[in-house]
Amino acid sequence: MATHGGNSGTTVTRVPRTSAWQPATVVSTREETRRVKTIRFAVSNWPGHLAGQHADVRLTAEDGYRAERSYSIASPPETPALELTVERLDEGEVSPFLTGQLQPGDAIQLRGPIGGHFVWSASERRRPLLLVGGGIGIVPLMCMLQHRRLSGSDVPAALLYSARTRDDVIYHEGLRDLARLDARFTLRVTLTRDSAPGWCGATGRIGLPAVQALLDDLGGEADSFVCGGAGFVEAASALLLEAGQPAHAIRTERFGPTGT
Amino acid sequence: MITRGFQGRRSQVESKRLPPGQHLTRDFPVLSAEPTPHTPLNAWTFALQAEDGTGIASWSWDEFRALGPSEVTVDIHCVTRWSKFDTDWRGITVDRIFEAAALDDPPSPYVMAFCDGGYTTNLPVEDLLEGKALVVWEYDGEPLAPEHGGPARLLVPHLYFWKSAKWVRGLRFMDDNEPGFWEVNGYHSYGDPWREQRYDGD
Repeated sequence: MATHGGNSGTTVTRVPRTSAWQPATVVSTREETRRVKTIRFAVSNWPGHLAGQHADVRLTAEDGYRAERSYSIASPPETPALELTVERLDEGEVSPFLTGQLQPGDAIQLRGPIGGHFVWSASERRRPLLLVGGGIGIVPLMCMLQHRRLSGSDVPAALLYSARTRDDVIYHEGLRDLARLDARFTLRVTLTRDSAPGWCGATGRIGLPAVQALLDDLGGEADSFVCGGAGFVEAASALLLEAGQPAHAIRTERFGPTGT
Repeated sequence: MITRGFQGRRSQVESKRLPPGQHLTRDFPVLSAEPTPHTPLNAWTFALQAEDGTGIASWSWDEFRALGPSEVTVDIHCVTRWSKFDTDWRGITVDRIFEAAALDDPPSPYVMAFCDGGYTTNLPVEDLLEGKALVVWEYDGEPLAPEHGGPARLLVPHLYFWKSAKWVRGLRFMDDNEPGFWEVNGYHSYGDPWREQRYDGD
C-alpha cells in the first residue's frame, strides 16, 4: 500500500478514532495575548489524542443555526482536561465568540481528535525534533513540547518561533520555563514587526543561517514540524529543504483565516 | 444543544449551495502535509498504470495538454470547512484521458491517484467519468500555482477537496478500494460533502 513519504506509516496505528459530536463544558479561560485565549473544556468521553491533532467545534444558536470550525489541541495527551488555544479574527464568525463571550459553565459541542499526519508521539520518535512555528501556528508545537516533557522523552528538541511583536508571543512564559529547565531544548523566538525595549532575541524573518545552526546543534537530520500561515509554511519548509532536510521528514500544517 | 449567547452571522449563507458544516470563503486557502514539490515541466508526465504498476499509457506535458482541454466552473468544498463558489479551471476530463488511452472499459473499479511528494488518494472510477473529474493546469485563467497543486492537479469537485490531489502524476487502477494518504490518517474513504463524510466512520 502506498504511503506518503518514508515514515508516515508509523503514526497510523495508534491514532484514536474520531468521536461523534459531544458536549464540552468550559472549565476556565486564560488570556495568552490580547488576541489569543486558551479555553479549557471538560469532555466526558474524549477518546484521547496525539500531540499535533485538532478538534472540531460546533456552536448552535437558539434557532438551530450552526457554525463549525477546526482548532488545534493545545493540551498534551497526558492531561485530563482538553484545551484549545484560539486567536480572535475580527472578521471571523466563531473565534470572536470563543475568545470574547464564552464563559466558564457554558457548553459547546466538540468532536475529535482529527488528523493523523501532523503528530508527534514520543514513544515512536527517536530522532531530534525541530519545530518551526509562526503566530498561532505555535499551538500544536507547544502541545508536542509539553508531551515531550511529560512523557520523559530525551530527544533533543528546538523551537524556532516567529511572532509579530513581543506582545504577540503566545505561551512566552511557559516556553522560557521549558528552555530553562531542559538543557536538551533550545528556544529561538524572532520578532518580525519590531523589537521591544529589553528584547534580546532575534528580529526579522527566519533565515537559512538560523535554521542551519539549529539543525547542526540537533545533530543533522530531524523530524520537522512547520505550522503557521500559508506563506510562512511555504517559506519555512523551503528553508528546511535548502538546509538539506529530506522532504519526507518535514510535516506541515497551515492556518488561514478560514481554517482557524 | 444550544450555546448560550451564540447568534452567528448568517449573511453569507446560501443554504442550497453550501453543504452542511461548511462556510463560504473568498480566498483560496492552502492545505498540504509536506513541502511543496517543484517538478520541471520537461520531467513531468501523466501516467495510467495497471494495479501492478505497469504502464498503460503516459503523456508528456505538451502531449497531455494537446488531448483537448475543457473549461469548467464549479463549487469546491474543503473538509476543513471552507467552500468556494464558482471556481474556474481548465484541463482534460478523465473521460478524455481514458479515451486517449483506448480504455473503453476501465480494468478495475477503483484508482489510486499518485502525486509528486508521495501523496495518494483513492477514488471509485465511476466518480471520475461523465465529466465529473479533470486533470487541471489552469485556475482562474492563470497557470496553477505550485502551492495550489501546479503544474497540474486532479479536480473532483463533488467530493471533499483532499480528493482533488495536488501535483498529480497519474492514476493506478485497483481491484480493491485501498485507502490513500488522508484516508489512512482518519479521513473518510469516499468523502461526500453533502453527506458530511469527513472522517472514518461518518
